[in-house]
Amino acid sequence: MTASAIDTPARREKPRWAGFALSQRQSWGLLFVAPYIAMFVGFVLFPVGFSFWLARSPRLYVELANDPIFLRTVINTFVFLVVAINVKMALALFLSGFFTHGRWWVKVLAVLFVLPWAVPSIPTILSVRFMLNPEWGVINTLIFQLTAEDGPNWLNDPTLALSLSMLVHIWKSLPFWTLILLAGRLAIPHELYEAASVDGAGAWHRFRYITWPSMSTLYVTCTLLSMIFTVGDFNSVYLLTGGGPADLTHVLATLGIRYLRLDQVGLAMASIVCALPLILPLVYFMMKRLSR
Amino acid sequence: MRPRKLLRNIGLEAGLLLIGIPVLLWTLIPIYHMLLFAISPKDAAFSGQLWPANPTLRNFEIVFAQKHHFLYHFWLQMFNSLIISIGTAAITLFVATAAAFAISRLRMKGGRLVMNLALLTYFIPAAFLAVPMYKTMGMYGLLNNDWALVLAMATIASPYAIWILRQASDKLPVELDEAAMIDGASPFQLFRMIYLPLMVPSLIAVGTYALLLAWNEYLYAFLLLSKDTAITLPVALGNFLSADDSPWELLMTAGFLYALPPAAIYYAFRKYMSSGLTAGAVKG
Repeated sequence: MTASAIDTPARREKPRWAGFALSQRQSWGLLFVAPYIAMFVGFVLFPVGFSFWLARSPRLYVELANDPIFLRTVINTFVFLVVAINVKMALALFLSGFFTHGRWWVKVLAVLFVLPWAVPSIPTILSVRFMLNPEWGVINTLIFQLTAEDGPNWLNDPTLALSLSMLVHIWKSLPFWTLILLAGRLAIPHELYEAASVDGAGAWHRFRYITWPSMSTLYVTCTLLSMIFTVGDFNSVYLLTGGGPADLTHVLATLGIRYLRLDQVGLAMASIVCALPLILPLVYFMMKRLSR
Repeated sequence: MRPRKLLRNIGLEAGLLLIGIPVLLWTLIPIYHMLLFAISPKDAAFSGQLWPANPTLRNFEIVFAQKHHFLYHFWLQMFNSLIISIGTAAITLFVATAAAFAISRLRMKGGRLVMNLALLTYFIPAAFLAVPMYKTMGMYGLLNNDWALVLAMATIASPYAIWILRQASDKLPVELDEAAMIDGASPFQLFRMIYLPLMVPSLIAVGTYALLLAWNEYLYAFLLLSKDTAITLPVALGNFLSADDSPWELLMTAGFLYALPPAAIYYAFRKYMSSGLTAGAVKG
């Protein structure tokens, strides 16, 4: 089916020059696509193939399984994906509804709201890190001024530190997904809502029977795509906690880099290979969805 | 009836404000905190005040004049960031425009395969590709060379760029090409005189995307470059973390300066970005 979809336009053309044009087209096509092919082979295919070859020894996986950090990292990654992404997408769905309200101040807010996405991670995440400093961070200073007691040592508690990393991740990427879901909402014909209002449908019913059915595919696609991106999110964890305390807040994205920095490329690649069962189904699903 | 409707309207407005105010605070606090540090004198930044008692531009002076050992190469590093971003945008545009033209306009055999390979690359999490990339850049002898980062970032930016450009290009009418071909135009003339001019809005979107991606990148920059004079600004900012006595107010000042250009570019090109990118980002 897919092959015929490509063939039809060519066949529609006038037969007299089609044969000549096709072969000429093909060689020009190869010429135009050559730079990308070269890039793909040199910087994706060869590196990935070479690294898989480096990670071929079963001994590496035994070593990895014996590293207590690894199990913790897998759990952290799982928690990060399940909690952070679902909270983020639910918030994005909710806020996309908020931003459809056409008040002047909502429009101003929509412009400001994009800032976390528009500015680079490093200064803002470090800014959050400073806010959380137990001795002179602004948060504990305020806690001390208000209650005369010392605030928690935020980043020294693994659970708290990982939760804060998730918050940073949400802070950074919420605007992007909200914008996309907003675009999805704005594509729903307005007449549907007007008709529903005439019939006396309340806000919940309008969402349940109009918004959600037209948005659910987009929402699921966004969630899966966000999962793939989040597995590779190095900054939210590394810049806030550095994997600490005691390497208890690593996720797979930071663990691979940690091994790499310790010059254990084999382990780094092995940890990535271990993430493949998680990634490949997602990628397969997304490919089917996007490459139509 | 009337008062009830009024009450409901008030309820809606109050509800909107109740959402809007937390959203505003949530969005701005980390950024405002950064700005607050940048305009506070060294010791006053930690007091928890909403506005410093004596706001000062002293920190900006220090950063501009590179008068701290963390900042000796501030301008050079800013320049590195700029060159690498421009290089990434240029290479991405070159590679992706040509590939999208071959796939979408020339409808070459195997175009679909190329598109799928690109999409597959797009779905490799960035932090995972970083390990192989670092290893291979070492083999190519490019470590600590600007080209390593430019090529790595272009490799990461190209798949999405090709995908966006192909979608935009598919919308151009086939008749244009047919008419030009009948008039004897070669595919290269088709590319230069018909395809490129019509694709300008998408090219701007994709170029901006690649530019911002490279400017904002931390992980790859930090792996591939390490010499003080070769690193980009984000790596230099990250290096502040290595010392206990880092001057936070200077870090936040430099970080603020580093964050300004992408924010400005984003807002300047918002029209192109939102129509070109978000529409293509997830087609359900």
